[in-house]
Amino acid sequence: MTPATSGSRAPASDRERALIGVLALQGDFAEHIASLRACGVEGIEAVEVRTLEQLAAVDGLIIPGGESTTIARLLIAFGLMEPLRDRIRAGLPAWGTCAGAIMLANEVTNLDRPPIAAMDITVERNAFGRQIDSFEADLDIAGMEGPPLRAVFIRAPVITRAGAGVEVLSRIEDGRIVAARQGRLLATSFHPELTADHRMHALFARMVLGAMASSAVGTT
Amino acid sequence: MTSNGSTNGTSSHASDTATWTVKAGLAQMLKGGVIMDVVTPEHAEIAQEAGACAVMALERVPSDIRAAGGVARMSHVRMIKEIQATVSIPVMAKARIGHFVEAQILEAIGVDYVDESEVLTPADDVHHIDKHNFKVPFVCGCRNLGEALRRISEGAAMIRTKGEAGTGDIVEAVRHMRSLWSDIRRIQGMRDDELYVVAKDMQVPIDLVRQVRTLGKLPVTNFSAGGVASPADAALMMQLGAEGVFVGSGIFKSGAELDDGTASGHKKMLDSQRAMATAIVKAVTHFNDPQILAEVSMEIPDSMRGQSVSSMAPSELLAGRGN
Repeated sequence: MTPATSGSRAPASDRERALIGVLALQGDFAEHIASLRACGVEGIEAVEVRTLEQLAAVDGLIIPGGESTTIARLLIAFGLMEPLRDRIRAGLPAWGTCAGAIMLANEVTNLDRPPIAAMDITVERNAFGRQIDSFEADLDIAGMEGPPLRAVFIRAPVITRAGAGVEVLSRIEDGRIVAARQGRLLATSFHPELTADHRMHALFARMVLGAMASSAVGTT
Repeated sequence: MTSNGSTNGTSSHASDTATWTVKAGLAQMLKGGVIMDVVTPEHAEIAQEAGACAVMALERVPSDIRAAGGVARMSHVRMIKEIQATVSIPVMAKARIGHFVEAQILEAIGVDYVDESEVLTPADDVHHIDKHNFKVPFVCGCRNLGEALRRISEGAAMIRTKGEAGTGDIVEAVRHMRSLWSDIRRIQGMRDDELYVVAKDMQVPIDLVRQVRTLGKLPVTNFSAGGVASPADAALMMQLGAEGVFVGSGIFKSGAELDDGTASGHKKMLDSQRAMATAIVKAVTHFNDPQILAEVSMEIPDSMRGQSVSSMAPSELLAGRGN
């Protein structure tokens, strides 16, 4: 897909590019920003999101790896949880990696704060054990061309249930789900931002551009 | 698995544990966060509730280690396991410099990171632990770029500037962070042929010096430690280039005067410590926003009384251990 550059898009905005935010409360948000900038998709810009104003400005959002309890507490402490939930439920494209996938899930085993709850999946935290059990593996991702993706799992969660509208994108060898998509939402157990393979970032960038194009068509 | 800091030594298997990417990767997940020293499961619970991204299990916080004197060792295994059972965030624990058996034990009980720490009494005054031999990743302290790169060459997957633990005085943390960045900036301005002398003078591998020049930063995550006692201190270290902070005595030695031995006094102290912990977490996230830092600073109790490093004898300083 090529980025929409015609004047038919986003009439309320004079922005030329899609603004992709990375939630920057805690975690490896800098790695996500670097990966977005290197992913080769034209027409996107990557920015950190810490405030309501920054959240309101973005066309898509990545929730990075980090500690899900920390990120959840900071979202609540700074009054971002409800606005973020509202935007995502209203159709903001969002991608959660590891802790971010936990935040997007409708159900999480063993998390004492309600996450954003926008995606019809159940996630189990620390599903592989402690840090010494963290690992790398080669994954096939549905719809992705080229060689398998080298995926890094760090104290990683897995998706234990995917609802009817959820497309499973990848499983590890034992069959457990580690990547899934539901409409404009993407969840991965692993960390594509830790490797030099930026295909997942390119995939999400195209999702954001696609969503902008379709909403522009819808409003004109 | 390879042990030379790269992942390309062996052909790609379906699944590999303990790779460099996996070890360094956990530290990357901790960035923008606060790692809190805790000595009890009760502290660990407060730390997690306040938003700590990890806890460091210790027998005593550094200021108590200073006060008590004697030999400071790895924490009791039972206590570490109780803390692991209490929280879901990563649990780190300290081993003495050079004490590779303490590290083996910590790996065996599944701690998420080992801190080979100058805060404990060194077990070896010459050698550090060969950290490549472990599946568990290590964090080590440094006062300058040379120390940092020597630790990384030994296998450390995360670095923290040392500061001076248990003092509540930020001056050493600032000195070490400034020294580190000043050396990094100096290297960035050098010609290729000048890097050999840097490697020779710092007693570090030339490859790591080249990496630092290319990246413009350390090749692993770098936190600040040793002296943070307020949200402002934490934000100062972040603005000076830390990617996160360790806080030890600054939280669980604050508000000690509130504990008058009664149950309500104890609760007041814990509430006060909870407020300090929460405020420091918020300050690290918004370290560049003075307005939010001011709001956050409204919520805190008095910081620990502290001890000025300039009033201390050289023999009392911990940072010189393991250089």
